[in-house]
Amino acid sequence: MEYQIIWFVLIAILFIGYFILEGFDFGVGILLPFISKDDTDRRVVINTIGPFWDANEVWLITAGGAMFAAFPHWYATLFSGFYLPLFVMLLGLILRAVGFEFRSKKSEKWWRRTFDNFIFWGSLIPALLWGVAFTNIVQGLPIGADMNFTGNLLHMLNPYALLGGIVVVLLFVLHGALFLSLRTTDALKERAESLAKKLWIPIAAITAVFAVLGYNNTVLFEGLGLVPGTIPTLAILSFVACFVFIRMKMQGYAFAAMAATILLGTAVIFYGLFPNVMPSSLSPEYSLTIYNASSSQMTLRIMSIVALLFVPVVLAYQGWSYYVFSKRVTRDAIPREDV
Amino acid sequence: MEVLEIARWQFGITTVYHFLFSPLTMGLAVLVAILHTFYYRTNSEHYKRLTKYFGKLFVIIFALGVVTGIVLEFQFGMAWSEYSRFVGDIFGIPLAIEALLAFFLESTFIAVWIFGWGRLPKKIHLASIWLVALGSNLSALWILIANAWMQYPVGYVLNEGRAELADFVAIMLNKQMLVMAQHTIIAAFVTGGLFMLGISAWQILRNNQVEIFGKSARISLIFTAVSSLLVATTGHSQAQHTVQYQPMKMAAMEGLWETEQPASFSMFAIIDQENQVSRREFRLPYMLSILAYNNTTSEVRGMLDLQQEYEETFGPGNYIPPVAIVYWSFRVMVGLGILFILYAFLGLGLWLKDSLEKSRWYLKIGLVMMFMPLLANSLGWIVTEIGRQPWVVYGLMFTRDGVSPNVSGESMLLTTIVFTLVYGALAAVAVYLIHRFAKPGTPEDSDKFLHAY
Ligand code: HDD
Ligand code: HEM
Ligand code: HEM
Repeated sequence: MEYQIIWFVLIAILFIGYFILEGFDFGVGILLPFISKDDTDRRVVINTIGPFWDANEVWLITAGGAMFAAFPHWYATLFSGFYLPLFVMLLGLILRAVGFEFRSKKSEKWWRRTFDNFIFWGSLIPALLWGVAFTNIVQGLPIGADMNFTGNLLHMLNPYALLGGIVVVLLFVLHGALFLSLRTTDALKERAESLAKKLWIPIAAITAVFAVLGYNNTVLFEGLGLVPGTIPTLAILSFVACFVFIRMKMQGYAFAAMAATILLGTAVIFYGLFPNVMPSSLSPEYSLTIYNASSSQMTLRIMSIVALLFVPVVLAYQGWSYYVFSKRVTRDAIPREDV
Repeated sequence: MEVLEIARWQFGITTVYHFLFSPLTMGLAVLVAILHTFYYRTNSEHYKRLTKYFGKLFVIIFALGVVTGIVLEFQFGMAWSEYSRFVGDIFGIPLAIEALLAFFLESTFIAVWIFGWGRLPKKIHLASIWLVALGSNLSALWILIANAWMQYPVGYVLNEGRAELADFVAIMLNKQMLVMAQHTIIAAFVTGGLFMLGISAWQILRNNQVEIFGKSARISLIFTAVSSLLVATTGHSQAQHTVQYQPMKMAAMEGLWETEQPASFSMFAIIDQENQVSRREFRLPYMLSILAYNNTTSEVRGMLDLQQEYEETFGPGNYIPPVAIVYWSFRVMVGLGILFILYAFLGLGLWLKDSLEKSRWYLKIGLVMMFMPLLANSLGWIVTEIGRQPWVVYGLMFTRDGVSPNVSGESMLLTTIVFTLVYGALAAVAVYLIHRFAKPGTPEDSDKFLHAY
């Protein structure tokens, strides 16, 4: 297989990993103000993702680095084109991380409320912007002959892209609720479960609208008829399975099915783009493809060896850390306030 | 101001800010791991308290390094897209490897360490902090491989307007990187060492748990003494490398307009960039030849000569960087380096005389000294980065050609202002929190630390 294809797949995998993992911690961050009844609850909620959120974010950093190394033009066009949205996303990520680290360091109400707000907005905004950004990519962007994005911010904030943002937020919220139902106990757990149950149908409805509109608005389904194809079908099936598992109170399976939905949903996007990485709406000739955006063969080969050697190691110890912290977080585990 | 100027300010502000925290992280990680090892070996409550105490400060600092690092990685693409297109084939490799090899390691095991108190077998818990220390120093190594390549490009071929990889090993073993990595990593150890020494001094001055903090003071003292010596010797190697491969930077560091043989070292000068002279100079004969070549006879070339040569090679243009800032940054860094050596060895002397805890004046100086490495680090980078102007990739690409062509001045300005304000606010909160948790007499709340959030 060509190295360009390998790296396209690897970057897709990194984004999939990122969306699955950071997806639930974004969801938990968004749910934080709604699902907790008091400060102890909030601390429980934050502690469910406490050991994980930073390493989850490294998936994004790695995806960015891999893109830079394997497809420099993709990296350059994407990041300079989305300058302002990415800037706002960075602010969100900064506020969120600071929120996690600093909120419980003091017990004053205003202090905690401020950082809770940071966590909430810092989870909501990046999630929304990822949806907007990827929708824009699959819609096609005004990319000129010199590979640079020529549009403006308003172009990116078109209604369909905003809908994409909302869909991603909602899916992450559901994912987060399911994660909480696995990591908490008692009342919190029950609230998380019933939330997931209540949310599934409206979320499914909005996602369906988004997907159907996608036939007209995106490049994803070009060449396909009304039949959605294998990956989209599997995505739909896993999402339905998620619902069934929620109903059957099999939270572990429901979470897995939701993760599969995110995996397959992201796969639909990357599969639909292939072999383009940033389709141009001005002229197909200007589109960035895995061939005209890539690094040299030697770089790709060396990177492949590195990935082959180290990705399994990283997966192994990340998996191990999830295993070490697999115990549910209880209210009793939170030390009494004595600040 | 044009987009280029703002983009440069933005990069300067955000990297200098990141590099206030990352050396502290690199140094403190090692020191906390050492404390933890003492605890593991002796099982003494004292070392456990020290480990947790410094661990807590470490975690706050770590968080700031993390949030400011992501901005940097995004910034190459956002503000310097032409640069990214030009170098991606080479520069991207260490960046990607850094994330895969170092960031995953750090971020996973720091969580394992923080949340692992009482939950993990002791050996594994100890291993996790050493892995954090390894990860953060590895991360420096990889980013320096990237930076060294832009200082001294090797192992590439130019193809269709961009630099492509030709020799991977040459890039990994870039001579520039080898000297740079030693100097930077050891400078980070000095940074961590003086930080821990300063905090310990603070506690001792307030008569708080003097016995315990006497221990951390001694550990950090040895650590600082060794590293401060090494930082000077590695700095010397750096200079010798620079004079060969970036002679213009070296001449700027010395405010040396005319070629000299043997060359003297300038102690003081008022730099007049416009008229291309240095006034009111005070020079030490032979010293620069010694510094640059370890002998008293060699020639060191001046900026005017070099300018002429560069114009012949690269075409007309101005190849002289802003001299005054490079000249003074270098002097203050070296001055601080010498000061650190003196301070650390003075401390060892007091320890030998068994009067470390009693020498209040010495401890008080420590309170100021702990901030000085942050300054030295920033100045060192200012020498390195501003001294290579007008190049962004030495000899291959001008800084002005690297900036993103499609980002407007307004966007660039807005983001620069907001980053600066947010960073300022973050710094204020972080200093407040570090002060609060480091303050002598805070109750031992080890339980709360167990639950980091
Ligand atoms: C605690 C911090 C610290 C201290 C005390 C010193 N340095 Fe340094 N220096 C750095 C921290 C640093 C740095 C921030 O880490 C730099 C920036 C790039 C690099 O590789 O290290 C640096 C760069 C740097 C360079 C620039 C090389 C180049 O870009 O071409 C030279 C020549 C020296 N140093 C030399 C010295 C000497 C002779 C010192 C004498 C004691 C010294 N440094 C102390
Ligand atoms: C090791 C990784 C680093 C890389 C890859 C890197 C790369 C860059 C790039 C691409 C620029 C913008 C172009 C330019 O103005 O030349 C720049 C400028 C700058 N960097 Fe770095 N940098 C690194 C580390 C640092 C650190 C640690 C500091 C400071 C603590 C620093 C300080 C600066 C400053 C002050 C500028 C602005 C210089 C000017 O525009 O005149 N850099 N660097
Ligand atoms: C010599 C210069 C640099 C050194 C020594 C350095 C070192 C470090 C260290 C030790 C950390 C982890 C600990 C901490 O967060 O404080 C870190 C974090 C980070 N750095 Fe830097 N850094 C440098 C410059 C850069 C540059 C130029 C970039 C841009 C590509 C960068 C990207 C990052 C990122 C993305 C993180 C966050 C990792 C995480 O989430 O765990 N660093 N850096």
